[in-house]
Amino acid sequence: MSSTEPNAPRRTALDAVHRSLGATMTDFAGWDMPLRYGSERDEHQAVRTRAGLFDLSHMGEITVTGPGAAALLNYALVGDLASVGVGRARYTMICRADGGILDDLIVYRLAEHEYMVVANASNAQVVLDALTERAAGFDAEVRDDRDAYALLAVQGPESPGILKAVTDADLDGLKYYAGLPGTVAGIPALIARTGYTGEDGFELFVKPEHAVRLWEALLEAGSAAGLVPCGLSCRDTLRLEAGMPLYGHELTTGLTPFDAGLGRVVKFGKEGDFVGREALTKAAERAEAEPPRVLVGLIAEGRRVPRAGYAVVAEGKVIGEVTSGAPSPTLGKPLAIAYVDAAHAAPGSTGVGVDIRGSHEPYEVVALPFYKRAK
Amino acid sequence: MSNPQQLSYSKEHEWLSAADGGASTVGITEHAANALGDVVFVQLPEVGAQVTAGESCGELESTKSVSELYSPVSGEITEINQDVVDDPSLVNSEPFAGGWLFKVRVAEQPADLLTADEYTAYIAG
Repeated sequence: MSSTEPNAPRRTALDAVHRSLGATMTDFAGWDMPLRYGSERDEHQAVRTRAGLFDLSHMGEITVTGPGAAALLNYALVGDLASVGVGRARYTMICRADGGILDDLIVYRLAEHEYMVVANASNAQVVLDALTERAAGFDAEVRDDRDAYALLAVQGPESPGILKAVTDADLDGLKYYAGLPGTVAGIPALIARTGYTGEDGFELFVKPEHAVRLWEALLEAGSAAGLVPCGLSCRDTLRLEAGMPLYGHELTTGLTPFDAGLGRVVKFGKEGDFVGREALTKAAERAEAEPPRVLVGLIAEGRRVPRAGYAVVAEGKVIGEVTSGAPSPTLGKPLAIAYVDAAHAAPGSTGVGVDIRGSHEPYEVVALPFYKRAK
Repeated sequence: MSNPQQLSYSKEHEWLSAADGGASTVGITEHAANALGDVVFVQLPEVGAQVTAGESCGELESTKSVSELYSPVSGEITEINQDVVDDPSLVNSEPFAGGWLFKVRVAEQPADLLTADEYTAYIAG
């Protein structure tokens, strides 16, 4: 196969670095990404206790500019993006007219008339198409910037100290869910205090041609503090412990934000109409009157690991389904996120189990997240 | 990564030692352990159980997946490695030594087991 093969996975600007580090690679949403460099449990613990360095260049950046940028995003997305201050970021979603979730997003307001929308790699094209279509009639331009950025993340309690060694940017003044342009190791970067690990950390958007230099500078600056390269495998267990949803697992087009327990992202009070308003109004009422299945945490009593798609059972009946599951390095037990019938969703509900290939293993129902960092 | 010369190998990535005291030791190869990632749970057959070459006799769970454990030979289980049940990470750290899985009194050994060199060529694919 040649690299021009249409279905060949895409490679990030850091591909050669990953290979020289001996990474196990995996196909993720059409990208050839590092799954792990060594032990994924060691990488997980590094992020919880020290720091980890991630290549997240598969994420899809879409820039929205123009005098009508805020109005367009308020129409196209469920959140109130007009109310986001310059230099701040917001977690939000894009839905279909029927309320189904197309993707969850982080939107950074870079300037009065400029936003950067960051979509999941698997949905970037869908989000780009939807934004482009919804932009009709707005004085705004939607630009595909997927190839304009590499994205590196430094995550973990040591990350502020590591980053301070290579930037003069005011990191202490940079709040969670904020982003500012700056220079890191001499490289122009958008520095954002965001992440998907449940730890303090930063995401650095840079030009792809600067990615290798930034990676090496960060590793050098962080090695004494225990910074190690980390792959997508530990990113998944980190976000699972932190109770963060993953599109395709907890979030799908078949669910509204209210079904996913994330109705708070829908801002009915904002000005003007938005795609999905009518359907989401009904979904909110439905969730209030007759709650659908509820997203809960499950902690195993045994050691067998629940996986996405496994049935949740009680009294011999199927009462739900696992959407994500993994052995938790922090808790030392298998964990799952699952949708379960409201009657069994209260923390402490008894008699709940997961059908693990035919055997019903007992599980404790807990509220999410499983893990919350000490502040 | 080198595969010890004195062992035999299956295409399902198990290794088998020569019989010692009537039983052969079975484990999974370093190549298989690396492919699985960190092993967190090992379910082994019981002592006294009859296993059949090429058939599932247990499972290995890693962070990302669950995999069937196949026996490379047919015979009776004489011993299991309790250390690896208690600490599955031995499969990753010492796949050819402390991470062995079970011992089996071989009744029948398939003709298609590979030598170390053949297995090395097989996984290089």
